Amino acid sequence: MPEPTLAVLTLDGRRVTVAPGITVLAALQNAGLSPLRHSLSGEPRGALCGMGSCYECRAVVDGLLVRTCLTPARDGQNVRRLLEVAREF
Amino acid sequence: MNSEAWDAVVVGAGPAGLMAARTAAEGGLRALLLDAQPGSGGQIWRGAVAGQKGTAGDLLRDVASHPGITVMSGAEVMAAETRERAHTLTVTTAAGLRQIHAERVILTTGATERFLPFDGWILPGVFGAGGLQAMSKGGLDVRGKRVVVAGSGPLLLAVAAGLRQKGARVLAVAEQAGLPGVAAFGMAAARLPGKSREAWALAARLLGVPYWADCAVVRASGQNQLQSVTLRRGRREITLDCDYLAVGFGLVPETRVAALLGCALDGTGAVQVNVWQATSIQGVYAAGEVCSIGGVDGALLEGFVAGCAASGQIERLRDAPRRAEIQRRFQATLERSFALRPKRLPTPLPTTIVCRCEDVRHGELRGFAGWTAAKLQTRCGMGACQGRVCGPACETLYGWRFEGVRAPLVPLPLAQLLDEPITLSPP
Ligand SMILES: Cc1cc2nc3c(=O)[nH]c(=O)nc-3n(C[C@H](O)[C@H](O)[C@H](O)COP(=O)(O)OP(=O)(O)OC[C@H]3O[C@@H](n4cnc5c(N)ncnc54)[C@H](O)[C@@H]3O)c2cc1C
Ligand code: FES
Repeated sequence: MPEPTLAVLTLDGRRVTVAPGITVLAALQNAGLSPLRHSLSGEPRGALCGMGSCYECRAVVDGLLVRTCLTPARDGQNVRRLLEVAREF
Repeated sequence: MNSEAWDAVVVGAGPAGLMAARTAAEGGLRALLLDAQPGSGGQIWRGAVAGQKGTAGDLLRDVASHPGITVMSGAEVMAAETRERAHTLTVTTAAGLRQIHAERVILTTGATERFLPFDGWILPGVFGAGGLQAMSKGGLDVRGKRVVVAGSGPLLLAVAAGLRQKGARVLAVAEQAGLPGVAAFGMAAARLPGKSREAWALAARLLGVPYWADCAVVRASGQNQLQSVTLRRGRREITLDCDYLAVGFGLVPETRVAALLGCALDGTGAVQVNVWQATSIQGVYAAGEVCSIGGVDGALLEGFVAGCAASGQIERLRDAPRRAEIQRRFQATLERSFALRPKRLPTPLPTTIVCRCEDVRHGELRGFAGWTAAKLQTRCGMGACQGRVCGPACETLYGWRFEGVRAPLVPLPLAQLLDEPITLSPP
């Protein structure tokens, strides 16, 4: 069987190679990008439920705000954590 | 908006939904099986593939190859209504909104985890128990990570075993229920056909992992990231340094789509069904953990009954009442054995955040009489998760019943909403 091709994603500007089909959330966590956003009171928050119900894992993937635990990693994706996006404002 | 009609729509592609879709299609219905997740399998079979050995592989293969079934993954029901026996679901997908009409709907939306707040539970590194399991099935690398598994229910054991198999170092499983309850559950499981082999396999995978009954989570600590967890056993406090805390206090039926369709709920907050898995709304059936928390075998059985009932294959149901009775007894033991005990639950401090989305603290919430007043005055439950996390927590902490499910169930990109106006069910 041919080896599945790896996917290359950009996570907060960093190019990372991952197995295709893993979730974007897993890609972020494996890359050590654990806090995903800051709360209203400025504390770091990470993912919680792993199944699409807590909305804590949202990030901007190719310009769209999505739940990364429901988003499969695909080659060429550009992923930005909300705490990185917020830094620009 | 894309609009289509099916004989039957099954919402949720977990064990119950896969079984219901296959059974309904065997009965001659053209069925659409949809799920918000990127793949089929639900919570327990996430990542399983068609054709692999065992029930999951068989069902996934049958569903994928049956000409009467269409599978739609990454499709989340965001609105639903019933008018004169016809049901309409509005579904959001990456390609936009779709409107789906059907005479029969089978709801197999499963359950979510109950989280209870304690000091430090908001730190990155604190995950749901099932949540960490789901993440590791989704590719999170847990090799060498030190994990504490805590909370309540048999899911903790499945999670601990699953994580260990993937190379995590499980430091302890801390269960709030007492030993007699846990033992009663073990005995009930052993009496179920097939379960005792499963239980032994689980025990073998957990050899050497301390299992502490009667144990409470006190706090999680760390600077911006989880570093340790403190547990209480009897009068002693134990602090374990760890990378992840996997914590959950049982499961809560996911009844939002059912509520939009007007289905009655029972006293436990699950969808009320009769022996044919029919809900209070004609043409709407429900099966699996949306009806009662009882694991994969019950979900499969109920999915089969719902699929038969929806497609009129009553003759295939001869054995179902007997099997359902066995399952019901098991579920009752499960419920009794792991009933939440206030003394063993985490105690939030006044400063502990209960609603993570809106940063609402325990001290701000305890004075309110109910959910609606608290929501209006503190914004608890009004953030992105719409009460999916703090709703069940407030139910346990303050006795409030979560109210007011409204469409859209999912925040939508403006572009999708602007595409075409959609009818949302009236408040
Ligand atoms: C996070 C989590 C992890 C779990 N992991 C395990 C495990 O590893 N081992 C184990 O023994 N048990 C596990 N369980 C328990 C497990 O849920 C049950 O034993 C079994 O999967 C129940 O089957 P089901 O078909 O009723 O529901 P599920 O398997 O929960 O399937 C329900 C499906 O409905 C979908 N759904 C819900 N709402 C919508 C909507 N609005 N639109 C579209 N789709 C929707 C969900 O995405 C889900 O895939 C887990 C439970 C949870 C909550
Ligand atoms: S981790 Fe909870 S929604 Fe993704």
